[in-house]
Order: sequence, then C-alpha cells, then structure tokens
Amino acid sequence: MNVRTGIYALLIASALATAPALRAQNAPAGQETRPPKPVAIDIDNFKFGIVSLDVAVGTTVTWTNRDDVPHTVVSLKKVFKSPPLDTGDHFSYTFANAGTFEYYCSVHPRMTGKIVVK
Amino acid sequence: MADSIIQDHDDEVDRRGFLRCMAWAGTGMAWMAGSGILRSAPLPRLGRAADARLATGDFVFAQISDSHIGFAKDANKDVVSTLQAALSRIQALPVAPDFLIHTGDLTHLSKPEEFDTLQQVLISAKVGQVFYVPGEHDVLADDGRQYLERYGKGTKGQGWFSFDHKGVHFVGLVNVVNLKAGGLGNLGAEQLAWLEQDLKGRPSSMPIVVFAHIPLWSVYPEWGWGTDDGAQALGYLRRFGSVTVLNGHIHQTMQKIEGHVTFHTAASTAFPQPAPGAAPSPGPMTVPAARLGSLLGLTDVTFVRRSHALAIVDQTLG
Repeated sequence: MNVRTGIYALLIASALATAPALRAQNAPAGQETRPPKPVAIDIDNFKFGIVSLDVAVGTTVTWTNRDDVPHTVVSLKKVFKSPPLDTGDHFSYTFANAGTFEYYCSVHPRMTGKIVVK
Repeated sequence: MADSIIQDHDDEVDRRGFLRCMAWAGTGMAWMAGSGILRSAPLPRLGRAADARLATGDFVFAQISDSHIGFAKDANKDVVSTLQAALSRIQALPVAPDFLIHTGDLTHLSKPEEFDTLQQVLISAKVGQVFYVPGEHDVLADDGRQYLERYGKGTKGQGWFSFDHKGVHFVGLVNVVNLKAGGLGNLGAEQLAWLEQDLKGRPSSMPIVVFAHIPLWSVYPEWGWGTDDGAQALGYLRRFGSVTVLNGHIHQTMQKIEGHVTFHTAASTAFPQPAPGAAPSPGPMTVPAARLGSLLGLTDVTFVRRSHALAIVDQTLG
C-alpha cells in the first residue's frame, strides 16, 4: 500500500464514519421525529387572533380570514407574503428557521402580529 | 336627504360662495364649485339644485366612491345595481356634470373581471369622462400594476396626476400603496415632492380640489382612517383661498371645515360601514334591505365662478 492509497482509505473510512452520525442526528435510533403541532390563527374583526406567538422550529402556522373584507399576511422582511385572502381563504407558512418574524396586513397596516421561532 | 355646507372664507378678495352637499344613500355625491367663501347652510334637496342657474364658466362634477365590484356578501349582494342606481341619479342631475371622479375601491379584489364589469357599467351609463384614483382594494395582488395598466395613462408614479378645468385645479393623489406596518394611508416622499412642485407658481386665488381614497385628514386613526403624511400635503395647500378635499374609504359622508379647507368624504355605492368606534371593526355593515339605499350615495359639486364657491351636495340612493 503506497501513501496515496492509504490517504484514500482514510478518507473513505472517515466518510463512512460520518454518514451514520449525521443520520443519527436527524433520526435518533428508536425515536421518530414529528413536526411540531401546527397552529391556526384566525383573522377576525380586523385583528390577528394571536398577536404574539412562540413556536418551535418546523411549526406550520395557518391564517384564515373570517372577515367580510380581504386581508393579507406579509412578513416585514418579506420572508413570506400571502396572496389576498378573501373570506374563508387561508395561508400557511412553515417556520424552518429560528428567529422573530413580524408581519402585518398590507391592506390594513394597523393589523400587526409576531411569530417567535425557537 | 341633504345637508349642505356654505363656508365663508372672508378674505381680501370678493369671494362669496357655498358648498352644497347632496348625498344619495347608495349613489354618490355631487359638487358645485366656486372659489372663496364657503358657508354652511342646510343642504337643498336634489330637485332644488335646478334653481341654481349656472353662469358661463360655472360647472358641475360628480363624485362616486367605493363601488367594490365583486363584493357579494350580506351587506349588499348586488353592488352592480346600486352603482347603476347612483349613475342614474347623476344622469338625472339638473345640470349635466362635466366629468365624474371615482375616489377608489373600484373593485373588491383587484380581479380583471371586476375591473371589466366596472368599465362596462360606466360605458353603458354614458357618464362621459371619469377620473380615478385607486383604493387599497384596487392594488391588492400586484402592487397596483393592473390598475396602472388600465388607468395610469398620463399619470405619475403609482397613478397620481393633476389637471385644470375652467379655472379650477384638480389633483388626484394615491395614498394606498407601500403602506407601512402599524401605519395609516401613505403618500410618500416622491409624491409629496411632486405635489409641492405641481402647486408652485399657481396663484393663491385659484380654487383647488384634491381627491384621494383614504381621508387626508385624521378621521379615526384607530381604524386606519387617516393618512400618515396627509398634514404635509395640506401644508402645501394652506396658502390657497379655496381648497376642497374629497375622499372615500369610510363608506359614509363626513364633513369638516378647517380655515380655507373643506374636507368631505363620499358615501359608498356598495355597502355602508359603521360610524367611527360604533362597532368592533370597520367591516361592512348589514342593514335591513329597505334601509340600504339611505346609506349609500353619491356627491355632486357645482363650481360657481361669480360667487367663488363650491357647492357640495350628497345624495342617498334611498
């Protein structure tokens, strides 16, 4: 075995060692990962039903418009932006990253809300 | 149904005038224009407007607002027919209006078919020239691109513009785009700079009519009924002897006079909204069918040159 072959062998060995480790991080043996429970927010009377909400990373939040006029759900930093939601329409977003996400209705900008993802 | 304003702006110029407001529920509002003294007075009923004989140079224009084509909830399941009723009232005015102003929320959801329907209704009513400013419902999905494609010809920025008509300067402003979280209506720096430039050099004796969707004055900020930088716009208008500000958005008539400035909001042709603070939210107000017409309306305005006056008349549809 020359030196070069030895290096390849080492690289392969380390790759094999790393792969199961990554898998273990994602899905520990004997434990299934479940996404956090989804959260529903109603829009009613020109207000977001939950003004400030703490959720875990991976949570899906669904906003539903219960008013007789259209509203939108728009992140201040343009991370997400719903189309206009008519009565009964809903919009969902899954928060894959931690952070604070402030949002508002771009039609009625006094309507504001916040999602804190931890 | 009528209330009217005649407001006295007693200054060095011989200006006498009045502003009469006839509102129909479900229809719109008509305006009579003259410069100078505007004096409050009981509004004449619609039929009596015929008494106001117009001299050469005097003219009438009409305002409709908040037609919300596409809306079909309980508050009004047929907004096309109430719009048509308003247009019929305008056609029945004793003096034919030179033009119409639509102060926004043409449509409910900015859908192409809603814009199409409005256009067809206006064409079949043969109302002649119509000037538009957008409401927030007209710029919902695409930052107002579709609105501009249809109505933006000859306008600046997001659709603002001005024109002169028989000695009166008209300015259409846009305060429904790029709204800031937590804020109210917004004109923005670019439009304000344009307005300042547009008014520069015009004599202070020139009557000015400004129209925009959201009230430029603070009607009820808790419900978003005001414009964050409206005061700056009004600052540019302060030196003029006769300023009339026409708005929509709040779906009810409201008037205020401040110095030389008369503020007026028109009724909607589609559905009423509650008085400020009278309900949990400003959502559409459902009333018995028999009462609906009395809460919708239009406005006609007559400009009377000799008396330097603007007469604003609101009329209800019912």
